[in-house]
Amino acid sequence: MPLDERAINLRKLVVRGLAGGGRGHLGPALSLIEILRVLYDDVLRHQPDNPRWPERDRCILSKGHGCLALYALLADQGYFPTEALDDFCKRNAMLGGHPEAGKIPGVEASTGSLGHGMPIGLGMALAARMAGRGSKVFVVVGDGEINEGSVWEAALCAGKHALDNYTVLIDYNKIQASGPTADIQDLEPLTDKWRSFGFAVTEVNGHDVVALRRTLTSLPAGKPNVVICHTVKGKGVSFAENNPDWHHKAKIGEKDVFDMLSALDSYHA
Amino acid sequence: MRKVCLDTIHSLAHRDPRVVFIGSDLGAGVMDEMKQSLPGRFFMEGIYEANVVGMAAGMAMDGFIPYVNTIATFLTRRAFEQVALDLCLHRLPVRLIGNGGGVVYAPLGPTHLAVDDFALMRVLPNMTVVAVSDADEMRRLMEASLDWPDPIYIRLAKGGDKIVSCEDDGFAIGKAIVRRRAATSGHILFATTGVMTTHALAAAESLAALGIDSTVLHFHTVKPLDVDALLEHAKEACAVVTVEEHSLIGGFGSAILEALSDQLLNMPPVKRLGLSDEFASIYGSQNDVLEASGLMPVQIADTTARLFNAIIEGARR
Repeated sequence: MPLDERAINLRKLVVRGLAGGGRGHLGPALSLIEILRVLYDDVLRHQPDNPRWPERDRCILSKGHGCLALYALLADQGYFPTEALDDFCKRNAMLGGHPEAGKIPGVEASTGSLGHGMPIGLGMALAARMAGRGSKVFVVVGDGEINEGSVWEAALCAGKHALDNYTVLIDYNKIQASGPTADIQDLEPLTDKWRSFGFAVTEVNGHDVVALRRTLTSLPAGKPNVVICHTVKGKGVSFAENNPDWHHKAKIGEKDVFDMLSALDSYHA
Repeated sequence: MRKVCLDTIHSLAHRDPRVVFIGSDLGAGVMDEMKQSLPGRFFMEGIYEANVVGMAAGMAMDGFIPYVNTIATFLTRRAFEQVALDLCLHRLPVRLIGNGGGVVYAPLGPTHLAVDDFALMRVLPNMTVVAVSDADEMRRLMEASLDWPDPIYIRLAKGGDKIVSCEDDGFAIGKAIVRRRAATSGHILFATTGVMTTHALAAAESLAALGIDSTVLHFHTVKPLDVDALLEHAKEACAVVTVEEHSLIGGFGSAILEALSDQLLNMPPVKRLGLSDEFASIYGSQNDVLEASGLMPVQIADTTARLFNAIIEGARR
């Protein structure tokens, strides 16, 4: 799947954050870019200049370690200046290694420990129902993350409440920190699992912007949705693709940054 | 106490559209009236405490005030990370109501005894920890809980507990209440919480008959601790005796010690009475376990009298 100019530029913002902090999660951020891009560009009702607008749709990045992708999108959308990425993880920075609500405009919930986003999102979806608001809730989870029991607790509960304003997006890049999900904790048959919990299940190429847009703007009604987004860990930086060594990197130097940017440019070409 | 607590939630919910009740498989009939009258804000969910706490957090982020009720150990131990991160880190007005605080569930064994709940909840930034002494005080707490900005852990006692609180004493979260006042200085100061206040009051009467005067300072709020009241009463006392239905590690007595120690002043000695550092090895009743731990009134009086006499003896030497 070729990447367009915007896809490359958003990834360069991720690299800018890595360069600023000298560390960070690259692979889990790069697999997420198109999922978040389509959400923020085409799906979410939101107002970057009024992040707490009550009628907004909510988006929770439950796999908080992918935060550089979220920061890239929020900066790109105008929630805060892109210069903030240069201070990533620094002592008095706004942007830390996991997203924090209250500190960062546009971040709905502080995440980092896995398995928290779905129950929180469930509460938001029920709150919207109680308040008679039309807000929708989107929770982005990682594939490794759904090893957590609280994910399946929330799935049970969402099915019970038939929450059709609640959508879970799985960044299914098929690699967790220690290696392939198939080896660490196989998730298959994944569609059957979610269907049996009462979800409408859609599968999509998580880097195909057109397909993502089509899927997320025509979700089945009447029950909670899960969208299984097939993605590539490290997408766009050839040496990081499908490479668990690039799940998280510390001591990122100038040469690493140069190599990442070069890889992105050559991907573009 | 539990009935008053749940009934008050129902009445608060009628008054305030932000109030939501969430139970985790609480048993047939619990809160049926609210279920009938306010079904949109009544949730009886499954046995998944982590999910229930996270869900309450999400509701609170969007303006609701959820009151969550289930067995105390499952809220504090099992859902600990959700309480820490989803509630405390976000400073959300969620109220956790723990059934069976202390050794109420003695016949059910160590899986159900909430003997470390103060320690677990107290260590969390932004958490408020409350253990009232009786049903009347519970009603005052619930009224005060509505507009408290942070998460609250509310420990429930057995129920049917003797009423020792008094309307005229008022109630404010974080403010200790003098339940018994010594006539002279050089007395014993009992610092107590929960239903142990009732035991300490009974012990104080026995001690008075022996000529040992005491003040009973009731801390319905374990955190934030009313340090001002503690210091005011401790400075006149010959000894402080803390009484709690909780492990001696990290609980209310520890909080009192920490507060006194941090003053860097000459403070009276402190004797902590509570549960020893072991899982309960007996069943029986709540009082059986309390008796095995030296926490019945006659035992509290006996321990305190020996302490008092030792202090007097030491002063004579």
